Parts: sequence; C-alpha cells; structure tokens
Amino acid sequence: MELGKDMNHEALVLTDVRKQFGHTKIINGVNLDIIAGERHALIGPNGAGKSTLFNLISGRFPVSSGSISLHGSEITNKEPQVINRLGLSRSFQITNIFPKLTVFENLRCAVFWALGYRYSFFRRVSALQDARERAEQTLGMIGLENRREKMAGELTYAEQRALEIGITIASGADVILLDEPTAGMSRSETDAAVALISRVTEEKTLLMVEHDMGVVFNIADRISVLVYGEVIATGTPTEIRANKKVQEAYLGTQLEGDEE
Amino acid sequence: MREMLNTSRLLFWGGVALLFLLLPFVFSGGFSLSMLSQMGIMIIFALSYNMLLGQTGLLSFGHAVYFGLGAFVTAHAINFVEVGAFGLPISFMPLVGGMTGLVFSLILGFVTTRRPGTPFAMISLGIAEMVAASALMFTTFFGGEGGIVTNRTAGGVNWGVSYGPQIQVYFLIAAWCFVSMVLMFAITRTPLGRIANAVRDNPERAQFIGYNPTRVRWLMMSLAGFFAGIAGALSTINYEIITAEALGLMASGNVVLMAFIGGIGQFWGPMIGAVLVTLLQSALSNFTQAWLLYFGLLFLLIILFSPGGISNLIMIHLPAWRAGVVRRLMPSYGLAFLSGGIAFIGVVGVIELLYRQVAFGVPWIGSALMLLIGGFFLPRTTRAVRKVWEDLSPELARWS
Amino acid sequence: MEFFLITLLNSLSYGLLLFMLSSGLTLIFSMMGVLNFAHASFYMLGAYFAYQTGLVFGFWPALFLAPILVGIVGAITERYGLRKVHKFGHVAELLFTFGLAYVIEEIVHLIWGRAPVDYRIPDSLNFTLFTLFNTQYPAYRAFMMLVSVGMLASLFLVLTKTRIGMIVQASLTHPDMVQALGHNVPRVFMLVFAGGCALAGLAGVLGGNLFITEPSMAFAVGSIVFVVVVLGGMGSLVGAFIASLLIGAIQTFSVALDLSFLDLMGVLGVTIDPDSNWYGGLSITISQMAPVLPYLLMVLMLIVRPRGLMGTRES
Repeated sequence: MELGKDMNHEALVLTDVRKQFGHTKIINGVNLDIIAGERHALIGPNGAGKSTLFNLISGRFPVSSGSISLHGSEITNKEPQVINRLGLSRSFQITNIFPKLTVFENLRCAVFWALGYRYSFFRRVSALQDARERAEQTLGMIGLENRREKMAGELTYAEQRALEIGITIASGADVILLDEPTAGMSRSETDAAVALISRVTEEKTLLMVEHDMGVVFNIADRISVLVYGEVIATGTPTEIRANKKVQEAYLGTQLEGDEE
Repeated sequence: MREMLNTSRLLFWGGVALLFLLLPFVFSGGFSLSMLSQMGIMIIFALSYNMLLGQTGLLSFGHAVYFGLGAFVTAHAINFVEVGAFGLPISFMPLVGGMTGLVFSLILGFVTTRRPGTPFAMISLGIAEMVAASALMFTTFFGGEGGIVTNRTAGGVNWGVSYGPQIQVYFLIAAWCFVSMVLMFAITRTPLGRIANAVRDNPERAQFIGYNPTRVRWLMMSLAGFFAGIAGALSTINYEIITAEALGLMASGNVVLMAFIGGIGQFWGPMIGAVLVTLLQSALSNFTQAWLLYFGLLFLLIILFSPGGISNLIMIHLPAWRAGVVRRLMPSYGLAFLSGGIAFIGVVGVIELLYRQVAFGVPWIGSALMLLIGGFFLPRTTRAVRKVWEDLSPELARWS
Repeated sequence: MEFFLITLLNSLSYGLLLFMLSSGLTLIFSMMGVLNFAHASFYMLGAYFAYQTGLVFGFWPALFLAPILVGIVGAITERYGLRKVHKFGHVAELLFTFGLAYVIEEIVHLIWGRAPVDYRIPDSLNFTLFTLFNTQYPAYRAFMMLVSVGMLASLFLVLTKTRIGMIVQASLTHPDMVQALGHNVPRVFMLVFAGGCALAGLAGVLGGNLFITEPSMAFAVGSIVFVVVVLGGMGSLVGAFIASLLIGAIQTFSVALDLSFLDLMGVLGVTIDPDSNWYGGLSITISQMAPVLPYLLMVLMLIVRPRGLMGTRES
C-alpha cells in the first residue's frame, strides 16, 4: 500500500467547506486533501456530517461556502452528472440501484457515458462490444456472474450492496467515494466486501466513510476524523490511533479494541 | 444463444407483418375495416405513450396534444396538395405529422420535463388544457367547432392507389404501424432507451452514472411526440376530418387508459390495450350508454388488482405454462371466473337497468341477486386461487 | 368604477370557492403525497347531493348533510381504494384518482342524467343585498363568502388549536413517528382525505346553484384547481390562498373585458388595416382569451419559478 505515485498530485481537495441547513451548521470548515492513488477513510461519530460531506463533494447538495476541486478543476456546486463525467463516482449508504433492470443491465448502463455513447438512440446496445465487455468484467469483479439476468430488485441485501459498488466502479472513474459500503453486513459478508473493495480500487483514489474499524484499519492508507463538521485529525492509522483528541472525541475503547 | 434470439425475433416481426397483411381478408366488412384502421392508429399512439410512461416513468395527461397538432398540420398539408401548392404524396404525409409532433414536443418538452412524477403530470395537464383552449381561439388553423376537413384522395392516383377505398387506407396505416412499431422497439434497445429505464427507476442514481435525467426525459418526450404525430396524421387521412376534440383531455385520458389496461411493463402491452379499448369503444357504444362507466370500472379494477395490466397478467402465467402446471390452476380459476362472471352480470344488470330507468321488478331482483351471490363467493374463490399459486410456487421458482 | 368593484366582489367570492377546493387538495397532497385527480368530482357530488337532499329537506339541512355525505364517500374511497393502491406508488395513486373521476362522472350520469339539474338558490337567499351604483349585488354571493370564510377559519382553528389538529400536522411531516407514538395514522389519513372531500363537497353545495350543476362541471373546475395548486406551490396553503384569489380575479375580470390588442394600439394611436395578416390575431379580445389565461400563467410560472409562489416541497 504505497502512498501513491505522485505525492504532489492531489486528486480531491476541499478548502474551508461549510454547509448549513437553515440555522443548523453541519459542516464547519472542512479542509481535506486526498492524494491521488491513496485509500482514505473518513470516520467519526454519528451525526458528524460524513454523509453530508459526501453529498457536497458529489454535487447532491450545494455548499454554503468553500470550494472543492477534482484533479485541480473546480467542481463546487456543479451538477452530479457533470462531476461524474469528470471522473468521480460514488456509492450510497442506502442501496441505490435500478430495481427493474437486470444486474447486467445495471452495470451496462453505468458504462455508457464513459464509453461515449451519450444519448444515442441509433445504436443497438447488443452491438456495443466494449460496453458488454466492461460490464462483464465488472460483473466478474463483484462476483455476481450467476445473478446476471436477475432483476436487481430481487437480489439479497449483500448482493445489492455488491451491485452498488459495481455500478460505482463500472464507469472507470478514478476517484471513488464509498459511503458505508459494509453497512448491515455480517462478518463474512464484510470480509468479502473488504476483499472486493481492495481489488477494485487498486489503481484508483478511494475516499470511504466507514464505521467498522476493522475495515478501516484494513484498507486505509490514511484516515481523517470528522467531529461536529470539522476534521480534527488526519494521518496514518497508527498516528490516528495514538491521537489524544481522537481518542477523547470518539470513544477511545473502539480504537484500541482493534489491536487484537 | 444470441443467434437463436435473433431468429425468434425475426419470426415474431415476420408474423406480425403477415397478420397485418391477412387481417383485412378475414374481417372484410366495412365496419371491420374501419375498426382495424382505427386500431392501427391507436396502436402507434399507445406505443408512443408508453415510451413516456412505461419506459421513462413520465405520466402525461397531455399526449394527445402532439397527436392532434400532427393531425391538424397534416390536414392543412393535404389541403395544400389539393390546390397544388405542395407536392408530397399522401403516403408520406404521416412524416409531416411526425415532424409536427417532434417540433412541438421539443418545444413544450423543454419546459415540462424538468420535474418528474406528479408535477410533470399536472404540467402536462395544464399544457393540454391550454392548447385545447387556444384551439377554439385560433379558428383559421383549428377550424373552430367544425374542425378542418380534408380529402385523402387529393394526391391523385399513384401506382393505382388513390386512397379512396378504405382497404387502401388500411394498408397505409398497417405499413406505418409496422414501421413505427419496429422503430419504437428498436429505440428500447439503444443506450437512450436503457438509460430512460434507469431514469425511470432511479433518476438520482442516473445522475451519478453521468446522465442528466432532464435531458433524457426531454429526448424521450420528443421521440414520443414524433410517433404521436404520425398517428395523428394517419387519423386525418383515415377520417378526412380533424376537430379540436382530438387534442383534448378526453383523448389524452383515452391513451392513458389504453396503455395502462394493456400493461405498461411490457413493450407489447399497450398494443393489447389499444386493440381492446378500440374494440370495446366501437362495439360497446352500440349496445349501451354506460360504456364509459364500464371502462372506468375496468381501469379501476386493473389499478387495484393488477397494476401491471393485461400484459403483466400474461407474463405471470408464463412460468406456470413452462412448468406445465396450468391444468392444476384450472379448477380454482374456473370457480373464480364463475363467481366473478355472476357478479359481473349482476353489476351490468344494475347499471343497465338504472340507465334505462326500468321500474322495479323481476329484472332488478335478478340482477341484485346475482350481484350478491357473485360478490359473496368471489373473495372465497380468489382466496382459493391464491392458495393454489402458493402451493405451486416452489415448483415455479425453477422456471421463472 | 362600478364595474371594477362589482367584478372585484365577484372575483373574491369565486376565489374563495377556489380556495375551498384547493385547500382540500393541498391538505391531501401534503399529508399523503397523493394528488387527488377526483377532487373536483367530489365538488360535483356535493352539488348533486345538495340538490337531492334539498328536494326532500330543503336547502339549509342540505347545506350540512351534503358535505357530510361527500365526506363519507371520500372515507370509503380512501379506505377501500386509495389505501390498497398506496403500495404501488404515487403514479398508481394518481391514476386511481384519475379513473375515479371518470367513474364518478359516469355514475352521476347514471343517476341524474346528462342534462343540468335544477339546483337553485333558495328563496330565502335570493334577494339583493345591496345596490352598488346601478348594479344589484346578490345576497347569495355574500352568503357564499361568509360560509367560505367561516369554514376556512374553523379549519385553521381546528388544525392549530385542537389535539386532533396537532396530530394531523405532525402526521404531515413525520407519519412514522406519530404512528410509533400510538396514534392510528391510517385513520388520520382517512380523516384528512374525507375532510378534504367534504370541503370540496361544501364548495359544491355553494357553487352548484350559482354556477350550473351538470355532469361536466367537475372537469371544468378540476383543471383550474390544479392550476391554482401549481401556482401557489404544491403543499402550501398560503400559496393556494393567494393563487386562488389571483386566478379568481383573472378569470372573472378577463371574461368581462372586451378589450384586444387592437384597442390598446388604438389608444396609442396605431391602426391596423383589416386586411393585413395580423388583424386576426390582434383582434382577439381578452374575453376570448380568458380560458387560456390561467394555463398560460401556470406555464409561465413553471418556467420562471417551478416551485410556485410559496412552494416548499419538490414533488
């Protein structure tokens, strides 16, 4: 897990990002530098604003102030599809797939734009070899080959979570945001998910929100801790574990418990 | 496997083409020919509507606007042909209708497709009412109460075809219907078609795979308007008259009914709906004043008990067919249909007696009795049907 | 001046009627997310029930009976129809109410025939309240306004001051929480739906004899009510109020104004040759355009400010 090829290349930069809903301040000046190629975890107590931060980055909500840039270009307040086309893809905490399409179709739809097919209504999808290959490849990576023709709405929870990740990575975006990918999974399902995530984010930049400390310490190169809408610490897993502020703010026992 | 699919699809379309060719010889009466022609027009219209509803999730109450505008512009175009100012053969007139529908749906769609769901439905209603209201204002274009009259033989005789006899018009409609069907089906197989489904299922997620849901809706709306315009043009040619009614709420509501009753979940669903509704409209209105009531009730029943429509009902039974257990379903179905049939006769009886204002007497008692008896047994027999399905489900799981 | 005042009063009474209709619709929409396509059908039922019960009991009892009857019909519809369809999603619910509108209209045909029925203003209210300049102002319109305002005021009080009102308001935004607290939320929904329909029915009782009572009255008013709701912003009662008065004014004034662009240009000293192509279009009077105006306004609103005047919900 080397810390990326180009230490100077920041894939995603948040500068003094703030968000309030009415009078309620959720994000209070977040500064975050995600280095290209690294796996970065975002942890923090419930209600700290992690999902909100994701929503701000991916364009789902507009920021109240501050700026966000992707590979050096400004993406603050842009529409989600615009941000996605620039190479950032995200998954959702609550499974967000296309229930009335088959598993294969779900994945194939995710690759169209990246392959340049846009709004074409002249080409038959069955003739699009590259789309099919990319979708098959992703299908293999997430291990759902035998569920290929099943309606996505009929999959089990864990299968849907896997599909969720599949849709996120299928387009080949190089900055991936995963929002609690292992939420609600059993121990064995989590292990499988961790293996999957490691595999699919090999050459990419990953920003992940997670509650499961085992997963975090397994995957992350660096960790940022978000408390009350502010990042109180950023560093390697070892540094974070030792950080007093973090221990105070975030139930110290939980961090130490993973020493086993 | 893919080869096999292509052959079966070719066979399907070939079969449809053959059917279109042979039908008028089986049903050769004047009335039948008219009805077949109307069915052809409605099939195009209903399929175009399903591009919106079934495929993109857009519930529109104003689709008849594009049908109507296409029809009006075509009427004027044909009248221009008659005075020699325009040289397009009648056979290609539907393109005029299509282009009209396309242009208007591009313009109106730009405004209306920004929000899906309920707001879109209301907006489409408002636009439909607006256009219908303007129709009475701009009497030169819309012809006021009497509409615009046209002459379908205006193009003269080309290769022996004048479009005077109904059979020739039927074949024109059948040809355009076939072409439209193939095209609309093909569109479902393109990236846009697939992404439209994605936008229908989850517009937000579609954004996160790079698509602008509004743009997708707008494009689908425009394409749907194109085909609706073709249907409108064919209607003008067929009836040689077009009135503002064709743009209105009734007509828009009608196509909703057709698509929904037929089934919006399958491509061919609205075709069934178009055929059935046209059949019932022509046939029923001769027998009873209450046909619109029956329609409404049918519609409500379908929404309550089988919102997937008739096509969905058929699809549900496919696994049973493949597993060969249809025979096991027969007894319980038979009883359910029997009690349903009795209740149905009772309902029809009551409605007809009310309409004809028949005095109280034996027919009333008879109808009421049938209604009560049928109504009493129906829940029980449907419960039995449900039980049979439950018992069969482990076997069926292998086939679905 | 006289014209302006009379028309203003007329538009006020019409606007209040529209608000009675649109408030019910807005309440139902806010609470249940369902746009009741058949809302105007309940308006129609109110008029017909009032007519029928009026034949037996007279106008004043009918004023109370008819809305209650309509409310009962609404409750049955919710309980056995809407509730079933709820699980299929909003589109299905909308379609259900759409089909319902058809069916109600046809049933009215069935029972009362297609011709308008002779639902009249009761003699006790059929006098001139006052004479403004040369025009007589009918007492019935004033009565309508009185009842409208009274009904709406009591609705406001019930929603804000009573316990059931609190529960309804809470169920508006947090139905699950309210249910977890032990309240019967499905019953609250049924109540709200029935209440909204009863309100529409009351509007029908009042409006049916002023305007005409015939089977197509539902579709005529129904679309206007939708325009009101879209203009005001779906889910906002205040918006619905403003929009109702606005549309009431537009419709009432525009029908009475026989002015056209030509007249306007005439005032400015410009004349157009009757043979020119523009003459036809420009000579259209406002009163001829009247039917289109509300819809035009709605479309404009949707372009400029999609969430309406005071809208909060997205959809």
